[in-house]
Amino acid sequence: MTMPAGAAGLLTRPPRRSERVIEASLFLAATVGVLTTVGIVIVLTFEALEFFRLVSPVAFFTGTVWSASIEPLQWGVIPLAVGTLMVALIGLVVAVPVGLLAAVYLAEYASPRTRNLVKPMLETIAGIPTIVLGFFALNFVTPVLLKPLFGSGLGTFNALAGGLVVGLLITPLIASLSEDALRAVPRGLREGAFAMGATRWEVVRKVVLPAALSGVMASIILAMSRAMGETMAVVLAVGTNPQLTFDPLESVQTMTAFIVQISLGDTPQDSLQFKSLFAVAATLFALTFGLNVLGNRIVARYRNAYS
Amino acid sequence: MSATSPAIAQTRFEPRLMRRKLSGTVFLGLCLAAIGVLLIALLMLLVDVFGRGWPWLDGAFLTGAPSRRPAAAGILPALVGSLEIGLIVGALTFPIGVAAAIYLQEYARDDLVNRLLRTNISNLAGVPSIIYGIFGLALFVRALSLGYTLLAGALTLVLLILPIVILASMEALRAVPDSLREGAYALGATRWQMVSGTVLPAAAPGIMTGIILAMARAIGETAPLILVGAVTFVTFLPNPVDGGYTVLPIQVFQWASRPQADFQGIAAATIIVILLVMVVLNALALFVRVRLSRHIQW
Repeated sequence: MTMPAGAAGLLTRPPRRSERVIEASLFLAATVGVLTTVGIVIVLTFEALEFFRLVSPVAFFTGTVWSASIEPLQWGVIPLAVGTLMVALIGLVVAVPVGLLAAVYLAEYASPRTRNLVKPMLETIAGIPTIVLGFFALNFVTPVLLKPLFGSGLGTFNALAGGLVVGLLITPLIASLSEDALRAVPRGLREGAFAMGATRWEVVRKVVLPAALSGVMASIILAMSRAMGETMAVVLAVGTNPQLTFDPLESVQTMTAFIVQISLGDTPQDSLQFKSLFAVAATLFALTFGLNVLGNRIVARYRNAYS
Repeated sequence: MSATSPAIAQTRFEPRLMRRKLSGTVFLGLCLAAIGVLLIALLMLLVDVFGRGWPWLDGAFLTGAPSRRPAAAGILPALVGSLEIGLIVGALTFPIGVAAAIYLQEYARDDLVNRLLRTNISNLAGVPSIIYGIFGLALFVRALSLGYTLLAGALTLVLLILPIVILASMEALRAVPDSLREGAYALGATRWQMVSGTVLPAAAPGIMTGIILAMARAIGETAPLILVGAVTFVTFLPNPVDGGYTVLPIQVFQWASRPQADFQGIAAATIIVILLVMVVLNALALFVRVRLSRHIQW
């Protein structure tokens, strides 16, 4: 074999120009995400400031009455925030135990065969369009499941039914993220505990769960964010009544449901009502984005810790 | 040492194995109960929707236009609108999403800029979908003056779906073993030759699956489209760049917002159609994965 002429030169030749062009265009595609984030922040800030020029931010963030259509107009966001948090918390009360138990079962107990049955079921639930869950809450959860339990104290629209379907919606998220966290715990830790004579449940409770705690917390934080931003599962079930209440049997309004209500109606786009939509959206975005950053940071940290 | 030994002697180790095993069994029972609860919830949902909607589902329903009378209503404009949106979203997210994933997974050094790009994608994937609707309203409907058209809706959903496609494609690229990359380099391939000739074909099943499932997600999405105008009562087939449009989930929302049982019935029938579209797309994803990975071994 003789070396082709110039082969030695190949090794020192700078990268081809087409390679540079390709890398640059790939980089451009990768920046779409950042551009989207920046765009969202600019739009929300700009439009929310427009609203805050007319309504004092102090009144907005501390006011306890929200009345966007009935005079006197009042722009206290707390009723919407409480409605959003109540629905999200009801969802978490359901989803944290169920999702966590499912995750422990999948990571620690299930045989590959049962795993192959349970995983697709969770993925199916995660894939159901959320409007379908809203329909289910309105037509089944409230009249068939909850009405017999609570009787006449329960409204046609109530926070409880919305919260329950939101719980169903975020359970797969908690289950799959927690399962990842449990699987990231090194096998050596488990084997050490087994060698000390611990039963499987003791290994799970005293070794695996504490070691995976940060990942489990992250899954709960991300699920909370998802629950607060959920729209269609909630909008049909909880109603459009922005009252300040902590009673889950009452009708409330979430931030997302308000946004839908305003954009559905014939509200003129230069009205104060329409501008308030952006202030509410900016608040929601800040809350959920903060939770996402926190949750993803924890996930990244435990990934580094064990790899 | 001698100071601690009496304490040890006093607390003799009692295995109490029966009790410990019992609590383990109770816990396993709880795990199975949790999975049972999920299964029952899913079954109740399906039984309820099919029970309510099945009687309404016939040929006239699939080929008709919406009507103020439930018995005469159909979903053809919404079905066509959903399929058009799904196709546009798939066609646009595929090149952008895969290119971004290739950059982040195969090219990007671990420096500040690239770490920012990467964490940003994860955080974007968690932004509420309705916020994308507001952004779409400002960018596509107003700034680019596309108006309340199907194209504006589809572009909004592209932004929503992109992070998901990028994350799934990165996952698929990560699963390709480094030995393949090193093999390509050893044969003298440039980086792009290595990526396009070796890594991409090996990751194709995972990438394609991710994109098909993302299209399913786009077809089921409702909230952002409300903001970019898919709420009009549409009795004609949508033109992507002109005039109103509607999609299946919006149709469900409109009908389910009415108190009459008949409207709930046609809403349920529409849900059945959405679920069937999802089943078809999932089956397609499975088929593509099996088909494409037939020749891949490592």
